[in-house]
Amino acid sequence: MDFIDLIRQPWPWYIAGPIIGLTVPALLILGNKSFGISSSLRHMCAAIIPSNIPFFKYDWKKESWNLVFVLGIAIGGFLGAQFLSDPNEIVIAESTKSDLQALGLTTFSGLMPSELFGTDHIFSLRGLIFLVLGGFLVGFGTRYAGGCTSGHSIMGLSNLQWPSLVATISFMVGGILMTNVLFPFIFKLIF
Amino acid sequence: MPSAIVNKEIKHDDDVQNTQSVSETAFSNLKYLVVGILFGIVFLKAEIISWYRIQEMFRFQSFHMYGVIGSAVATGLISLLIIRKFNIKTISGESISVIPKVFDKGQIFGGLAFGLGWAITGACPGPLYAQIGSGYLAVIVTLLSAVAGTWFYGLIRNKLPH
Repeated sequence: MDFIDLIRQPWPWYIAGPIIGLTVPALLILGNKSFGISSSLRHMCAAIIPSNIPFFKYDWKKESWNLVFVLGIAIGGFLGAQFLSDPNEIVIAESTKSDLQALGLTTFSGLMPSELFGTDHIFSLRGLIFLVLGGFLVGFGTRYAGGCTSGHSIMGLSNLQWPSLVATISFMVGGILMTNVLFPFIFKLIF
Repeated sequence: MPSAIVNKEIKHDDDVQNTQSVSETAFSNLKYLVVGILFGIVFLKAEIISWYRIQEMFRFQSFHMYGVIGSAVATGLISLLIIRKFNIKTISGESISVIPKVFDKGQIFGGLAFGLGWAITGACPGPLYAQIGSGYLAVIVTLLSAVAGTWFYGLIRNKLPH
């Protein structure tokens, strides 16, 4: 198997995790930047729709590196999908698959189920819940929490900040609650 | 022992992430584009941007995401220890500084709200960008809605418990 075939396969956690962790020192050494992604959403508000709200009146240009960084993430996603995509179907845990099938999900290909995240569902109840409501909660929640998985769970925990541990536990509780308690109701509505 | 990482006191704002005294130019910002590109490729290749992988995580049915986040934290932690121990500077010669996180009830209430959204979308903010880049164009709606959610937070910030 040659190198390209090897990197086309899904990368294991012990390769991906350390590379992601190295973003912390890389950004600090390159320019004293603390790793954190959700603030990019705030900078977009500050740049485009500040609407005279004090929270959006700050020098967002000083944080423009963050917008360049997230643009890079999108380009990386594009390059990875174009040139390094895995020719095989995603392998997910059998137990997860059967749980999702029990909820009514039938598609298990690609990185996201097309029956929830396909463009043909944008203007439907599915789009309203999985795109609009989900996105709103991500944007509102991360800013209210002062960070997301990158700023709190990775950067904050790496720097032994206990408020970041509180935030990380809250993220997990919210996700577990949605998955195990609310999903059965939501999936009944849409399937 | 004086720490190389100065925990700068700044009026509580978790979003001040740039403590460099010299401002970046459009050209010098390109290095963050490169880091972002590498990061996006890792996100895609390790399937961190997969809704299915996030479901496995919240159902405790796979170790993958826990392994990714756990080893990322371990690597970040060791890196910061090395930076402190050897007083490593930035490439422009400044002392490295990280702003501390200050406790705020938002970390609980906002954290719960984000967790709910994370399970629905299968994405935290970083993966949203990579999902769009990798061709899931419907996620543009998710991103716009996330910007709207952030804006709404800014609007009602003073009325929320902090």
